[in-house]
Formats: sequence, structure tokens, C-alpha cells
Amino acid sequence: MSGAFERSRVRASALGADLRSLRGVDAVGLEARAAKLATRSLKKSTKRAAIDLAISMVDLTTLEGADTPGRVRSLCTKARRPDPADESTPSVAAVCVYPDLVRVAREQLAGSGVNVASVATAFPSGRASLAVKLLDVRDAVEAGADEIDMVIDRGAFLSGNWTKVFDEIVAVKEACGPAHLKVILETGELVTYDNIRRASWLAMVAGADFIKTSTGKVAVNATLPTALVMLEAARDFAADTGHVVGVKVAGGVRTTKDALKYLVVVDETAGATWMHPDNFRFGASALLNDLLLQRRKQSSGVYGRPDELSGD
Amino acid sequence: MTESRSTTSSLQYDPAPESTAVVRIAPAYGLFIDGAFTAPESHAQFPTLNPATGKPLATVAQASEADVDRAVASARRAFATWSTTSGAERAKYLFRIARLIQERAREFAVLETLDNGKPVRESRDADIPLAAAHFFYYAGWADKLEHAGFGAAPQPIGVAGQIIPWNFPLLMAAWKLAPALATGNTCVLKPAETTPLTALLLADVLQQAELPAGVVNIVTGDGAVGAALVAHPDVDKIAFTGSTAVGRQIQSTVAPTQKRLTLELGGKGANIVFDDAPIDQVIEGIVDGIFFNQGQVCCAGSRLLVQESIIDDVLARLEQRVNQLRVGDPLDKNTDVGAINSAEQLARITELTAWGEREGAYRLPTTCTLPTEGFWFAPTVFANVDQSHRIAREEIFGPVLSVLTFRTPQEAVDKANNTTYGLACGVWSEKGSRTLWMAQRLRAGVIWANTYNRFDPASPFGGVRESGFGREGGRHGLEAYLNV
Repeated sequence: MSGAFERSRVRASALGADLRSLRGVDAVGLEARAAKLATRSLKKSTKRAAIDLAISMVDLTTLEGADTPGRVRSLCTKARRPDPADESTPSVAAVCVYPDLVRVAREQLAGSGVNVASVATAFPSGRASLAVKLLDVRDAVEAGADEIDMVIDRGAFLSGNWTKVFDEIVAVKEACGPAHLKVILETGELVTYDNIRRASWLAMVAGADFIKTSTGKVAVNATLPTALVMLEAARDFAADTGHVVGVKVAGGVRTTKDALKYLVVVDETAGATWMHPDNFRFGASALLNDLLLQRRKQSSGVYGRPDELSGD
Repeated sequence: MTESRSTTSSLQYDPAPESTAVVRIAPAYGLFIDGAFTAPESHAQFPTLNPATGKPLATVAQASEADVDRAVASARRAFATWSTTSGAERAKYLFRIARLIQERAREFAVLETLDNGKPVRESRDADIPLAAAHFFYYAGWADKLEHAGFGAAPQPIGVAGQIIPWNFPLLMAAWKLAPALATGNTCVLKPAETTPLTALLLADVLQQAELPAGVVNIVTGDGAVGAALVAHPDVDKIAFTGSTAVGRQIQSTVAPTQKRLTLELGGKGANIVFDDAPIDQVIEGIVDGIFFNQGQVCCAGSRLLVQESIIDDVLARLEQRVNQLRVGDPLDKNTDVGAINSAEQLARITELTAWGEREGAYRLPTTCTLPTEGFWFAPTVFANVDQSHRIAREEIFGPVLSVLTFRTPQEAVDKANNTTYGLACGVWSEKGSRTLWMAQRLRAGVIWANTYNRFDPASPFGGVRESGFGREGGRHGLEAYLNV
């Protein structure tokens, strides 16, 4: 990020005024727009290009208590060459793991161009002191994470303590050093689109490189209207400040059909700049295999079986 | 605010055409009278065109006065039994028709798009589902008329002559037929000259539903057919949707008679945007308001009134959004804006748009390229429009938006009401009290709040002043077909 935009100068009162001055979101209209975009029909070369783009945007993720180094190594192999049978398949954008497995992923992905992303800041609940969160972040960065996925303090946000949320993001961004920061809003807990738009704006002002929908650990994760409202925010923020902030949807995107709907929303809302792994990501695990099956279908004309692809 | 809102799309959609194999178009169509297709007395036929190519799709019968007479006589004969058929029994037929429209939805959607020029996305997602919904809705009323608030035993009027426009051919047929049949009337329907095909496909559905012969008759042809129907002495009720000029003629024809009349005419709808409105939804609402069905909508939001403090922002966003609209093959599932219905309509749009430039309005730049064959007009936005400009006063009935500004709510009301029409308005604001304040003062039959061009069979629709009288849809829609 260039220094032209001095975020640290934003004070609590100014922040409040800034967020309150954001235009509201009409839920009915927003959802109608998302539903309309979802009817776009992608055929032939458009579909092939979109599938490859979607693959290159995947943050291949495993965030389970039962994760093992072996599973992460397997995931990294898959991330580098998602379809061993077809070398033209692009690599995914990143592998996303818990901090203690960053080192394993780092070794496996060395020289591959695939980034290592790590969740941090007491993911997924974020219920820890700032000191602990910052340690969590530094730990992951030192282990070699290129990208940090932090969670915001939803309690603070919902209670109106926006300054606290802002300060935390600023502090985490600093702790990230060279690593890119993705700020998880956990939209399922913010509930209203007005909240989601405000939280998006707050995170971008505070220095997020990406804003991300969800942890994947709550009942409601990424939805098309949520992505739409965040993309509108990112587009407007770029128009206002010149800073392009990426958007990541996570949780619940499992099929190629869904992924293509998101790409249509990205394309027709934020535009070409966001149609790139630098600025749009899918946080997913099962999605990749469906993309690969559809990709094979596009090139061979026949549907493959899920068992032809590795599970992890 | 820096205006670097460049959102050039990077997905170049490959063609995704809807297949026309689902629909069989006959080379020639007759008149639907007394439950069967019959040749017109004069054997005269005229072609109906595909507006997207300008090429003929089929030929359609030109009815004569004698044919109209036959149709009315058939409706009169059928009235004796249909009007005494129980409500539950009438509902049975309406439910059947609704279900058949749903079952054959793709067929109807493709045919509507071929004959009218509207994008298949709209005929698929709006016209056809709404037409089915209208029959479902009035099927529900058929056996409950005594509870509708029009007396203990409300009676049908008799034979209804129904003249419908070309902008929503099947949907307008449904708006007219469903309440008329539910209340026990029989009908002679006259589809628009340029878009008769879905009404004739509907005749096929009526046969499939085994609707008794003569309950619905369909006569095709030019304006003379409509005039004959209006003047026919054995017609008890005229329902007309179309232009204000024709509506005036009809009213003067009907005035000295006992005929009942409802008119749904033109409009110059004001879409009013306050500075606190949800901006992204506003832009979509403006686009839906004026570019839905190429703006060929009587309630189109053809005048955009924007609070002066946000005019630059709105115009910048609107310009970008309008240039993103995909104009072209109506059968392509990704098309947003289709063809203009006829050469005649295109000429009118072209003429009035030229007046916009002549009178000094600023036409926003467009990157739109149009197909070479057929009837096309690029989505157009005029800024700096004054109340006195022709494009602010006359109904263009095309994809042309006139943008004006206001400073106070009262000024918005004054400007919105400064028209001879009164069909629909939209108010965009997050402040409910202000929206209600506006709604009380706007002279229009329909006021949309934070949306535009939303239709539902349960909601009455109709105008005031030169936009007509009478309501279609909802409980109110029953009144037009009951002797109350």
C-alpha cells in the first residue's frame, strides 16, 4: 500500500461519521440484483476461461482440529498441480491452514508461486486479548505465511465500538509486516447488509488488503448478496481513494455453478480489476474438485467421476 | 470524490441462445371463435414480424366487422351458461389454464420474445410467470365473490370486449381474461396487431383446458377490429390498455351507450431519488424503471428526478451502468435490452429523441453497438432536461430517460405532478416518513417505494387523469367485471 492514504489519522469521531454517512443498503433490491445476475448463462469459451480463473482464485483450505502435516502436504501437492492429468490446469492462489501448520505448507510450496495463508487472531471466534492475537499473527508470519486471515471483534462492532475494531485491524496490519492482510467480517454474525457495508468500509479504511466474508465456522457463510454488497464497497473505496482492496468469499461455495455466479457478480459489479487472484478469492476445499471435473468435461466432453480426483 | 469508476467487464459472454425448437409456429393463423380456429370471412391475412430481424414469423387473420359480430354472438351464447356456472367450477378452468401456462412456459417465453422483441430473460422471468400467477390469483376469487365487498351476490356484466397492447402481449391478455372469467363474464379479446402469436397460443391452452366454447374468443387484426368491437351494440363492457389517443376515441364512442369502460393508458412516470437513498439499488431501480422491456412500459420511470446534491454521483454511476447493458439478440439468455417492437415505434422514439438534443438536453455518451437488421434503439440517458422539454412531457415509450433535478420534497412533488398523466411514480429514500409524505401528494395510481416496475396479481394497478381509470389486479380488479 502506498502512503498517500494516511489511515492512522482517522479518529474515532471521524470514523463514526464516515461509517454513518455511508448510504444504506436496501435488502430487497440487493437480493433481487444478485438473483438477476445469477441467471447469466456462461457457455463455451467463456465458461472454460471462467473455470480456469476460478481455479486460480481458490484458497485451498483446511481448518480442522484433526488436520495433520500429512494432510497439509497432500493439499499442497494438489494446490501446485490441481489436475495431475492435465498440466495446463492453473495452480490455486494459496493454501490456507492454521498457524501451527504454516511451516509444513511453506516447505511444500517453496518456489511454486502458491502462497501460504494462515488464519490468526484467535480464529474463528476472535475471543482473545489483542496481545494474544498479535502473537498469533507474528507466529504465523515468522513461520512463513504470505497472507494472514484475521477475524474482527464482532462483539465490539455490534456494540458500536468501531474504534476498537479499527485499532485492532491497524495493529494486526502492522504485525503482518510484508504479509497481506485479509479481514474476516463474519457476515453471518453481522446479519444486516448495512452492517456488512459499514464493516467492509471500516476494514478497508483500517488497512485491509482483502475483506473476507466468513470463517466458514458459523451457520451462514458467503452468499451472493453479501458478496455483492462487499464488492460494491470495494469498488466505491477504490473510486474514492485509489486503493484496490480485494474480496474473498468463504464457506458454502461448493460447486462450479456457484463459483461462476460469483464471478459474474464480480465482473458486473467491480469489474475487470477484481477478475484476478490478486483481488478476488474463493476460500474453499470441496469447490476445487468440482471445478476440475467441470474443466475435464469442457475439454473431453464427458463427465468424470469424483473418485478420479484426490479427496484432499 | 474521484470518478475513476472504471468497471470494464472482462467476461465476454459467448452466445447463449434459447432454443426455438420448443415452439411450433404455424404458417398462418385463423380467428379463435366459438372454441375453434376459423378462417376470417374475407380470408385476408397479414404478416407478424420478428422485430429483432424484421422478418415475418407467420401470417395472421385480419378480422372484419362480420367476424367481430360472430365472435360477440359466440360470447353472448356462452354467457348464458358460463355466468350461471358455479364459482368453484369456473375456478377449476382458471387453475387449469394457470397450470398449463406454467407447463408450457418455455414455449410461451420463446414465442413472446420472437414476436415482441423483448429479451427472453424478461419473458421467462417476468411476463410468463406473472401471467400464470394472474390466473392462479383470480381462480382463487371465483368462488368467493360474495365476500369481496361488492354485495351479497355480485353479478357479471356480460360480454367483455378486451383490447390489449403489444408491450406485454400474454401478460395483458391474462390481466384482462382472468378477472373477467372468474366473475362469470365471457370475452372477445383483440390482441395487438404486431404481437398476436402468444394470444393464439393461449387459445390452444384454452382448448387443452377444455374451457367451454365461446367463453373466450380471439379476433386479430388492425385498429379497425378494435373499433368494431368497441362500437358493437351487444358488447357490455370494454377494457382497453393502450395509448391515450386511442383511449380518448374509445371513450367518446362509448359515452352515449350503456357500456362499462376501463382504460389503462399512457404515462410519464417520475422516479424520485433523495440524497439518502440506497444508491446501488437506486441505480438498478432506474435501469429497471426505464430499460425494462426497452422502456415500452406505460408505467416506465421515464422521468428521473434526482436531488441536486447527488446528481453528479448518480449520473456517473448511471452512465457506467447503462454502458454495461447488453443489447442484442433477444433470444440470448444474457441479453438485457432487446428490440423495439415495430418500425413505427422506432420512428417515434427516434423523433422524440432528436427533439431532446434539439432542445438542448445533454445526451450521455454511449458505447452501445446495435444489430443492423430489425428495429433497435440504444439505451439513452438525457441529463440537463427541463420541465418544458418535449422529452420531459411526452410519453416516448422507448429506452430514453430524461433526468431532472430538485432541491426540496415539495419541488419534487410539483415537478412529478406537472404532467397530464398519472400512472406510476417511484420514491427512493431511507426515510419512511418522507416517502409517505410524498405518496400522499403524488398524483398517480401506483407509488413504488425503493423499487420500480414491481408487479403482483394481488396489487391493483391503474391510473388517474390521462393515464385512465379502473383497476386491474387485486380485489379491486374484480369491480371492473361485476355489476356493482
